[in-house]
Amino acid sequence: MTAGMEGGSAMDAVEIRRLIEDANTGKISRRSFVHVMAGLGLTTSLIGQMLAASGVGAAQASAFTPTKRGGGGPLRALWWQGPTLLNPHFAIGTKDQDASRIFYEPLASYDPDGQLVPVLAQEIPSLENGAVAKDGKAVTWRLKRGVSWHDGKPFTADDVIFNWEFAVDPATSALTIGSYSDIEKIEKLDSHTVKILFKRPTPFWSDAFCGVRGMLIPKHLFEGFRGEKSREAPTNLKPVGTGPYKFIDFKPGDLVRGEINPNYHIPNRPFFDTLELKGGGDAASAARAVLQTGEYDYAWNLQVEDDILKRLEQGGKGRAVPSLGGNMEFIALNMTDPNKEIDGERSSLKAPHPFFSDPAVRQALTLLVDRGAIQEHIYGRTGIQTANFLNAPSRFQSKNTRWEFNIDKANQVLDTAGWKRGADGTRAKDGVKLKLVFATSINAPRQKAQAIVKQACAKAGLDVELKSVVASVFFSSDPANPDTYPHFYTDIQMFTVTQTQPDPGNFMNQFVSWEAATKANKWQGRNITRWRNEEYDRLYRAAETELDPGKRAGLFIRMNDLVINNFVVIPLVWRPRIAGVSNTLRDAVASGWDSDFWHLPYWYRQG
Amino acid sequence: MSSYFFRRLLIAIPVLAGISLVLFTILALAPGDPFEELATNPNVPREVAQRLRAQYGLDDPVLVRYVRWAAAMARGEWGFSFASRVDVTTLILQRLPTTLFVIGSAQLLGIVIALPIGILSALRPYSVFDQVATTLAFIGFSLPTFFTGLLFILFFSIHLDWLPFIYRADIDATGWRWAWEHVRYGLMPIAVLGLFQGAALMRFTRASVLEVIRLEYVQTARAKGLSESGTILKHVLRNALIPVVTLVALQIPAMFTGAVITEQIFRVPGIGSLLIASILSNDTPVVMAITFVYACLVVTFNLAADLAYGWLDPRISYHG
Repeated sequence: MTAGMEGGSAMDAVEIRRLIEDANTGKISRRSFVHVMAGLGLTTSLIGQMLAASGVGAAQASAFTPTKRGGGGPLRALWWQGPTLLNPHFAIGTKDQDASRIFYEPLASYDPDGQLVPVLAQEIPSLENGAVAKDGKAVTWRLKRGVSWHDGKPFTADDVIFNWEFAVDPATSALTIGSYSDIEKIEKLDSHTVKILFKRPTPFWSDAFCGVRGMLIPKHLFEGFRGEKSREAPTNLKPVGTGPYKFIDFKPGDLVRGEINPNYHIPNRPFFDTLELKGGGDAASAARAVLQTGEYDYAWNLQVEDDILKRLEQGGKGRAVPSLGGNMEFIALNMTDPNKEIDGERSSLKAPHPFFSDPAVRQALTLLVDRGAIQEHIYGRTGIQTANFLNAPSRFQSKNTRWEFNIDKANQVLDTAGWKRGADGTRAKDGVKLKLVFATSINAPRQKAQAIVKQACAKAGLDVELKSVVASVFFSSDPANPDTYPHFYTDIQMFTVTQTQPDPGNFMNQFVSWEAATKANKWQGRNITRWRNEEYDRLYRAAETELDPGKRAGLFIRMNDLVINNFVVIPLVWRPRIAGVSNTLRDAVASGWDSDFWHLPYWYRQG
Repeated sequence: MSSYFFRRLLIAIPVLAGISLVLFTILALAPGDPFEELATNPNVPREVAQRLRAQYGLDDPVLVRYVRWAAAMARGEWGFSFASRVDVTTLILQRLPTTLFVIGSAQLLGIVIALPIGILSALRPYSVFDQVATTLAFIGFSLPTFFTGLLFILFFSIHLDWLPFIYRADIDATGWRWAWEHVRYGLMPIAVLGLFQGAALMRFTRASVLEVIRLEYVQTARAKGLSESGTILKHVLRNALIPVVTLVALQIPAMFTGAVITEQIFRVPGIGSLLIASILSNDTPVVMAITFVYACLVVTFNLAADLAYGWLDPRISYHG
């Protein structure tokens, strides 16, 4: 694209890209950029798109434009589960991912709306700029130039290719393998351009190299530690990344410390000179430390009841900030019989549930859960009422479902279906009584929710027995323990399922028939309700390769509607992650689709 | 006496082996495994967790795993933590200075408070001083540490804002400032623990001194014309403190696993919190290492307490 300018010099693509970069980094103001581009005859919407595609998104439009790096003093953060390792490919849980994110960066991060924002990439690939192939089988990433690792070596395409090889090697047992196994190969087009070729048309092409699963480790330090030797690499405990902070010290479970990276690739950032991440303790005292005493600036994942948070906020030192992903607190209904044992397995696919096979009973139970009361009195700000299982990002949210709490209607439904009340008040039909066991983990809000459900059920003639299991057992994967949630040896159970990526593919595979949890797969299948539905399977398979975003969203909405209309699960509340942020800490925007630290270089203190 | 010493040492070996076997079996039979978080993660394929379990030998039978562990310990390799792949000895040594500082100071504080007050109480039994001290001691060891800990936090940190309540082990300052910062951060956990332990010790000291003061040789010493302080120091204390010394010697191993609850409340990175975190995440090598060291310390200090008792009190002699 060439055009005339003052002095008659022509402007080509390279110069325009450099101008965009300058606008990003604050070297020229957005106003002058818009002025220049408008002078070239571009419309404002196109200019906006140019800036947005290259990273000057809403989240980064900050009031703070520093003129030098550092000078902000220490940043103190509190993670009440202490990180235990610092290699993003081995990170178990968000605590390790967040600690790694201080030092390592991916090609792009997800902002609170689930949109990609470039970090180590020059710009986001799209169909418009030709970087995403029309058949969905290739993506070209252009890497940012001038980025170096903390030890001074340059960041190049070789590092990107290495990360793929490292993660996909089965001997490495990398936990990120799922995001890289769909890649056929990666072509190096030049030192800062890579072309990823997928095995199949892949709508969710940003699974690899973006977000928490896409952090990049340096090839030159991990080269000698591939496969089985990967866990012995010394860099696992002394990270060398491209991030805003350089590594100082790590005590597993206790402390991570970093100091400012003087050669960070975003000019005049970060603001803080040192970062300290302290681990351990519990969520309530972490909330106190930020909101009440101001000892710490940021606390992660405050799983504390909302009225306690409100009380602490009155101290005026900090506030609770929600970041919304797709996490869902819900009640799962067992489609199989938990009390019949077949071939050493209970809740077997061969034994359908005595009363949940009757859709009327499932519908009645759905009408007996008072989601409004649960959200209002138990979760408050930390939960949003919803009728859908899949709620985010917004284009996947179904408008076709509604939830209702109506004890009379539940009674009516059961009466019509032939479930008559017995002498003890519990309904029965053909000798089968409506007696349920309701399990969940030990957690005060959950026990309260259980009590609310039990009370309502009693009014409709359902006898509910409550069971609570220690969290570390309930959420374990031990095949020998009958109390884990995948075993599902009860009639209904309640917990939160996380959706950490803005693409619902991995989230909605919980209802496909081939993922049913059975003894054969050691209860590691994701479909714990053991529900099997041919139409759902068909829709899921279609969505896996559907490249048109509109059609794909439509498929997921239909899948959600199937699950809700068949009363397979009862969604309770859509749960944001709550962080505690000091009132003097600015721009600490949290994203529900990425790590809490996705925006770390832009944090600053004022007031 | 030396034959007694060697006999005890010989008995210690099968005792420790038995302890380690019981510990290992309990850990192996306990529910949960180190990779349970992977089960709830939608993005981790199940083969990865299975491969990790095989890699760490978690699918082998219990006895095989025990023999492997015992052989490695005998060689001096204490293994790696499953969670962080850090050497177990490194993990323990990282936390040892903090443990010694906080828990050790608490023990010292307990002794420094308990001994003088206990002795003075016993010298003036049922006086006002004694009544007050005894009541405070009862309150002290009836209130659990998590209660007093939270009380201290509410009062000193939140209400008065004098002291920070989250412990920081790394303080980059030098000289007096470094010492002062350590005092500031450590004051509350040390006080909570020290007062708790001091309360029990004070009652014990008081009872022990009271018992000795009533004996006839004390009367004789006074009748002979010895000064009161001389009687106390040279005759009473020497005998009264023998059981106290042995009690303190037995409490020293407890310092190693520390006070788990206090460490949790104040986030003190000591060995106790490492033990609890490892138990909850089923990190077997770390749990085995810590509990085994603790068992060795208990056996050693029991022996030391017995020997000290025999040395301090000439009436006691160990035969063969």
